[in-house]
Amino acid sequence: MRPFTYERAESPEQAARAAAETPGARFIAGGTNLIDLMKHGIETPPHLIDVTRIGLDRIEETAEGGLRIGAMVRNADLAADMRVRRDYPVLARALLAGASGQLRNKATTGGNLLQRTRCLYFYDGITPCNKRRPGSGCAAIGGVNRMHVIVGASDHCIATHPSDMAVALSALDARVETVNGGGATRTIALADFYRLPGDRPEQETVLAPGELITAVTLPAPVEGAQLYRKVRDRASYAFALVSIAAIIRREGRAIAEARLAFGGIAPKPWRVEAAEAALTGSDGGRAAADAAADAILADAEGRGENDFKLPLLRRVLATVLGEAMAR
Amino acid sequence: MRLSLTVNGEARVLELDPRTTLLDMLREHLRLTGSKKGCDHGQCGACTVLVEGRRLYSCLSLAVMHEGEAVTTIEGIGGKDALHPMQRAFLRHDGFQCGYCTPGQICSAIAVLEEMAAGRPSHATEDLEAAPPLTDAELRERMSGNLCRCAAYPNIIAAIREVAGA
Repeated sequence: MRPFTYERAESPEQAARAAAETPGARFIAGGTNLIDLMKHGIETPPHLIDVTRIGLDRIEETAEGGLRIGAMVRNADLAADMRVRRDYPVLARALLAGASGQLRNKATTGGNLLQRTRCLYFYDGITPCNKRRPGSGCAAIGGVNRMHVIVGASDHCIATHPSDMAVALSALDARVETVNGGGATRTIALADFYRLPGDRPEQETVLAPGELITAVTLPAPVEGAQLYRKVRDRASYAFALVSIAAIIRREGRAIAEARLAFGGIAPKPWRVEAAEAALTGSDGGRAAADAAADAILADAEGRGENDFKLPLLRRVLATVLGEAMAR
Repeated sequence: MRLSLTVNGEARVLELDPRTTLLDMLREHLRLTGSKKGCDHGQCGACTVLVEGRRLYSCLSLAVMHEGEAVTTIEGIGGKDALHPMQRAFLRHDGFQCGYCTPGQICSAIAVLEEMAAGRPSHATEDLEAAPPLTDAELRERMSGNLCRCAAYPNIIAAIREVAGA
């Protein structure tokens, strides 16, 4: 690990100010991804700002009837919160499908959003990777690509976003609150939070340098069945090959509203309006699921080893819809 | 950097490079070698310890971030003369072969039962709003962050079940 200096911030504003004053500084919270990347020499911050003692560790009800989740709330605590289990089960399920008990005890809401891809080439520290060394190329294109994206890729990067939590937050239309070094706050819809790789795959979010996530807010609970289905190489403690967060509201035997977000297939949590529209008014059966899958996969591209994700997504979607309609 | 914390009930003051992980602090600075370095990347669970009563991977934790906190390692859980019930159960059920993952397994298992007693759900929990049942499926899911390459898993689950009284 490269040497770094360390400071413990006492408030969000102080942390953001410190970040603005120290080029290259990084915030550290749970550290479960950052410390690993620092051991690999992939992240080499000269200065760490510990934000674990700045507050922001509460889950509060908002005036609109939703929840404000402090950025420092641990994944395990968020999944165990009875309001989340009762009103936002898709979020509890997504959190519980991710990582392990030890990691969820440490990982934070803000940090989970900012975790980096687990692309093997990003992680190996040697091969060309435009995320790790901008302009060096992408070894995953034409390489071992079983875990990689089928939608949202560019000629510069085909890495997936690894978070389960963010997929559920996407389906829930969550918003991200931040503060910057000047003390200015802003709110960003999760749908606008992540960037596609384009020709700058190292820029993964719209956050400015030194901008600190302070909270994630959820709108008031919505009606309908909420499901999170994750398919992975082992039964637990593995990243998604394909995952789906679904919120399906029925009226009688027809779908009145469908929200679908996908993980494991794209550089960010993936929502396709046309797919949701294709389900509205349908019976959620096989033909409807296929129509929705067609909309999602319209521009999808397999790269050999990950070709299986296209039919897998189709089947998992049909299964999830079947479960939602049976509830 | 100067760091003060409590390890196994004992106040400790150390002077550490901020790069020092909690695991390296325990093993290299305090010579508490019960916590094991398996992968050193948060993938195996051999380094699992309890901090403020919660299980975590000490290899993915910077020691300086634990200022003022209480850490419990396998040495603090029990020893030859006063085994913890979980340690006795692992012995009785042969919950290990080589033993390298065992300190982490035991720390994790103790925390798992506390998490279940607190009603915390897992991926295996069918009803998110009910108390999780003490089933093999629950225990296997909750212990998935501790790998055992000798594959003593069935005996580990039997040991945990015995301590849980299930």
